[in-house]
Amino acid sequence: MTAPPVEEIDAVSGVDDPVVQVSHLTLRFGGVTSLSDVSLAVARGEILAVIGPNGAGKTSLFNCLTGVYVGEKGTISFLPRPGEQVPLAGRKPHRITQLGLARTFQNIRLFNALTAIENVKIGVESRQRTGPIGAMLRLPRTRREDRASDARASELLEFVGLRAQANRLAAALSYGEQRRLEIARALATQPALLLLDEPAAGTNPAEKADLERLIRRINTEMGLSVLLIEHDMRLVMSVAARVAVLNFGKLIAAGTPAEVQRNPAVIEAYLGAADPEEGESDAAPG
Amino acid sequence: MCFTHSFWQLTISGLSDGFLYALIALGYTLVYGVLQLINFAHSEVFMSGGFGGLFAVQAVVDSNKTPHGVASVMYVLLGVLVGALVGGAVAFVLERVAYRPLRRRNAPKLAFLISAIGASLFLVNIAGKEFGRLAIPMPNLYTNGNVFSVFGAQVQTNFVVIAIAAALMLIFLDRLVAKTRLGQGIRAVAQDADTASLMGVNIDRVISQTFVIGGLLGGAAGFLFGMVFNVQYNMGFTPGVKAFTAAVLGGIGNIRGAVLGGLLLGVVENLGVSCVQSAWRDVIAFGILVLVLLFRPTGLLGERLGRSA
Amino acid sequence: MSEFANPPASGDGDSGFGPSVRRIVASLTDSDWRRLGGCMFAAVLVALMTGTSGNAQHLTAGVTGSLFRPRIVFFLLIGLALWAVMTAWTRYRDDIRDGLAPARKVQAEVTGNRWVQYGGFVAVLLLAILIPPQLSVFWQQVLVSQIGVFVLLTIGLNVVVGFAGLLDLGYIAFYAIGAYTAAYFTGYPDNKRGHISPLPVHPPFHVNPFFVFPLAVIACLIAGLLLGAPTLRLRGDYLAIVTLGFGEIVRIVINNSESVTNGPRGAFGIPHFSIDVWKLKYHWTLDLMPYWYLLVAIIAIVFVLFRQLENSRVGRAWTAIREDEVAAAATGIPTLKYKLMAFAIGASTSGLAGVIFASEVGFVAPDNFVLINSLLVLVYVIFGGMGSLPGAVAGASFLIWLPNKLRDLVAPQDRFIYFGALLVVMMIFRPQGVFPSRRRAREIGLAEAGSGGADAMAAPGGAL
Repeated sequence: MTAPPVEEIDAVSGVDDPVVQVSHLTLRFGGVTSLSDVSLAVARGEILAVIGPNGAGKTSLFNCLTGVYVGEKGTISFLPRPGEQVPLAGRKPHRITQLGLARTFQNIRLFNALTAIENVKIGVESRQRTGPIGAMLRLPRTRREDRASDARASELLEFVGLRAQANRLAAALSYGEQRRLEIARALATQPALLLLDEPAAGTNPAEKADLERLIRRINTEMGLSVLLIEHDMRLVMSVAARVAVLNFGKLIAAGTPAEVQRNPAVIEAYLGAADPEEGESDAAPG
Repeated sequence: MCFTHSFWQLTISGLSDGFLYALIALGYTLVYGVLQLINFAHSEVFMSGGFGGLFAVQAVVDSNKTPHGVASVMYVLLGVLVGALVGGAVAFVLERVAYRPLRRRNAPKLAFLISAIGASLFLVNIAGKEFGRLAIPMPNLYTNGNVFSVFGAQVQTNFVVIAIAAALMLIFLDRLVAKTRLGQGIRAVAQDADTASLMGVNIDRVISQTFVIGGLLGGAAGFLFGMVFNVQYNMGFTPGVKAFTAAVLGGIGNIRGAVLGGLLLGVVENLGVSCVQSAWRDVIAFGILVLVLLFRPTGLLGERLGRSA
Repeated sequence: MSEFANPPASGDGDSGFGPSVRRIVASLTDSDWRRLGGCMFAAVLVALMTGTSGNAQHLTAGVTGSLFRPRIVFFLLIGLALWAVMTAWTRYRDDIRDGLAPARKVQAEVTGNRWVQYGGFVAVLLLAILIPPQLSVFWQQVLVSQIGVFVLLTIGLNVVVGFAGLLDLGYIAFYAIGAYTAAYFTGYPDNKRGHISPLPVHPPFHVNPFFVFPLAVIACLIAGLLLGAPTLRLRGDYLAIVTLGFGEIVRIVINNSESVTNGPRGAFGIPHFSIDVWKLKYHWTLDLMPYWYLLVAIIAIVFVLFRQLENSRVGRAWTAIREDEVAAAATGIPTLKYKLMAFAIGASTSGLAGVIFASEVGFVAPDNFVLINSLLVLVYVIFGGMGSLPGAVAGASFLIWLPNKLRDLVAPQDRFIYFGALLVVMMIFRPQGVFPSRRRAREIGLAEAGSGGADAMAAPGGAL
């Protein structure tokens, strides 16, 4: 196994207006190093995809960004608006969401006993100020916020194409619909940056095409930056402006999709490691 | 300090209480290890052992004459054995009736705890109905006198009996968990129930056996407690909560922790009570519980749980 | 069914009672046999529960008197009948369910209708106002000192356990705080004018217990926040034990602080409510009905307020936390704050009940606040339906009425035997309660199918 020439993988410079900046992030669990000196930046308004074999550390990266894990070393800076820099390390997940960073989960975590619209309303309401007193007395402001929450949730369901399913239980939706619902719920929290964790996993080609369109619309129509973990290379190639590749917790390549596809280190990572995503002939790039 | 005056005496009585707490705590910790569940009704298993031992001893001992020598040993052995068996039986039935049906239908965790509370309520009150609500003393099995002294503190027969009985049971348990197939099964299920079942371990049987082992120890402790103090329908509550505190103190799911926690709690409680009025005795244990859960919920020796999904 | 399609070819010996029994026995599955064992066991237990009692002198009298008598046969037969019904149910359950489905749908539509709910509320209110004056003094006494107060407690605990999914086993402590706050503030700043204060300590000012309500609410809010802030981060089962410990600590402290609380003797002489403000004058006395009307008014108000809460963003946030705490946090919900909110609201309600109790009876003592009362309220919540406000009212009322109705058959302290068994049985057969809230019933159904946590008991883990 010949080691490729060691060069500085740069996923940071060239990004003038980052929405989030990760510097030298290292995460360890007992004896395992999940992330090793990872640095990358997501430009405002871009879609950056993070790819890599299973176990590469992609979800760990997400978990660090959302406050679930705290890295041993390194910093994470979040810039919800240009010039406004907020360090994320050590903050609680709900605070991070309120700052403007929302996520979806790899294995869909919806509120199953609630309807679709209630799921989204919860996201909308995270930004509202009604407290228990207002709720109990149904003050005018509370009623206003309730109506606004209803309206906004409907809008978002419309945006993701679930208008008709508004009053169905989340558990009763199809897999693809559930994925879109989770995205709608995340959008409801008014994020500046949306983290999507394998949104296409387990979806069929038609659903994948819908997702592709949705992600692009989120980026272009809503102006959100998107950080995307995906195994489906077709999706990645078609929506991502840049791609970062992780392997064994290290960043091994970064650049445009075309550049990454040709990168020998990336090819080795995918062909050298047993890729469980067989059947997807487009899983190994190049 | 307020307790230095009779430090060794208090420590001896603390260890005596501590051994009992340890035996009961093991029941909590073993069940928690395999089910991630606090068996709220374990205190009633303890109580049932007390009554079981009481019946056994009442049947053979003439309350007018206090036995001694070999006869005493035999009687204590009988009481411990019967107490243990009754405790084990009650624990077995408890698992079958109150927990297994819930496991079968994947009930939410809250349901288990509520069922446990219900079972506890049921057992306490049916004992009260059947045996009356007064405290019942056990016939004397030996004369409780001073056996020897340590650093000026008197060690009584009660302590010796409890210490020896407890030590034997703890050693037995340690060997069981470390060396036998059953022990392996328990450790496997505690670590990862799904994988254990894939490896061929019969989860239902391991869980049932875990309950029984905890019940044997708790029941024996119930008899010993009853022998030294009294047997009463609600004797389980306070020692139960204290033993749970001990289990958490040592690290829930951790067997050595339960023993350490029990002994430590017993000693601290006895030392502490000499500083405040005896009416505050229980507050010490509850206070320790709250403090441990707030500041070091994994306990002194750390938790050893099966991972929750 | 196939034995009817293909009757056995042989002769007479295959029809009749014996062969039918043999056929049925052969068709029984393992779980049927297990169920039979369970029913027989339950029959023995019930025989024991309803049999004679023993005592210290005759330790086996209860058992022998209950079981080793002909009556046991009666119970075993009932057990067999129950088993037959249960087994038939499992055989034909799907058919029965399908048959009932349209009726269920209608029922759901009707009870879900807002106007029906309003109507029901008004109807119950009217009944509560018109019927009690017709009842005997005994039942009026039950209504006021048991049902009224405990329904309020149950509604309050329902917010904690039912809405937010937090198991609080020390709930009665807040009841105590409310009651003792009433005792405190109805004392006099000094003893010079010969007034006797209920407690040995004197308050800075004296009020009538009617105006203690806000003070008790504040005291309970503070206590609830103090208890909750450090403990609500804990796993559900740990929270349960800690709150139990807290409840006991409060009781023991009250019991042992003679100089402040008068210890086990308790506080005497708490006056009845009386309002003397502007043109509004009313004095409550030993007469029961005015207290009852006050209770009904307070319960009605609290009911409406909590109903609004349930259907607001707060209620939704609580449901989210119960379902999946990690996802709730990821959706921007500050979980600890909402748990504290539920805890504090529950605590304040308990405090309100405590003030009413103190003023109505005039006397409070640590024995009123033993653990068993916390568990009793929990039984009412579970029975009625966790998270269901109507269920809380109905459940508490029923479970208080029943032992009083049967007071000649069952000794009062024996009712816990039945309540304990009830909890276990409910968890196995109907965990959503007798009058479940629809959401809750859905959650439990989904949790059993494997999705969602349905409560805040699962460890709030970090990773996926």
